[in-house]
Amino acid sequence: MAINAEYVGREYPAPEPYEVTRGKIREFAEAINDPNPVYVDPGAAKAAGYPDVIAPPTFPVILGMAGSAQAVADPDLGVDFSRVVHGDQSFHYTRPLHAGDVLTAVTRIADVRTLGGNGMLTLETVATAADGEHVVTAGMMLVVRA
Amino acid sequence: MSLRHADVEVGTELPERTFRVRRLDLVRYAGASGDFNPIHWNERFAKSVGLPDVIAHGMFTMAEAGRVLTDWTGDPGCVVDYSVRFSAPVVVPDDDEGAEITVGGKVRAKNDDGTVNVLLTARSGGAKVLAKSTAVVRLA
Repeated sequence: MAINAEYVGREYPAPEPYEVTRGKIREFAEAINDPNPVYVDPGAAKAAGYPDVIAPPTFPVILGMAGSAQAVADPDLGVDFSRVVHGDQSFHYTRPLHAGDVLTAVTRIADVRTLGGNGMLTLETVATAADGEHVVTAGMMLVVRA
Repeated sequence: MSLRHADVEVGTELPERTFRVRRLDLVRYAGASGDFNPIHWNERFAKSVGLPDVIAHGMFTMAEAGRVLTDWTGDPGCVVDYSVRFSAPVVVPDDDEGAEITVGGKVRAKNDDGTVNVLLTARSGGAKVLAKSTAVVRLA
């Protein structure tokens, strides 16, 4: 089944703001085996000029995954999740995420195409801080294998 | 301790590193990231959808390549842009060795705004697992 191209431009706002916590950053940093102290030690983070511990560059995939799950769960989009692999990923930062951020995320279907029988679904998640400042945009392309 | 823009030239290489990835790493990464796609932990499922075995989350590889970048700059908050394409899967067998991912990088451009462009490479099991893997970092 082909992905429904009429869904390009559709937006999936996260149902509630995402709170970035020290505990979640620590869990993520440990899962990628990265011992950098700015992820776990507030003193080291402050010495480096940050208000609190910061998140690893790929941490916002959590927001992108949640947004893609919302989109893929939409039966009319026509994505068979059992055939999905990750095609590409990007992050464009205004600033790093830090503990204490409360982020509003909106995921938009940016593109739908077919290549060699595979479906390609491009999603873009924009995360904004409580004061309206842009923090990061995460782009994700999912390949739905034929 | 952060790397300075003045210390970097086009062609400067990032220290190459090899990371091991075992099934346990994928289970932990699934929990931390929220990506519970069974192709990353269930061999029976992975094979049923035509994959050779369980494969690593592409994002795990992107995170390890990111460590090479942020350990080199000294400040993980300096990353402005980071993009990769997953060009081949990292196949992770159910044994104590798992798989290895070898990451390298090179400075491709120095920009007037204090940033540099870095090209990252990652290989596993003889295959190039990241393609078009680029980052822009702001240096002191």
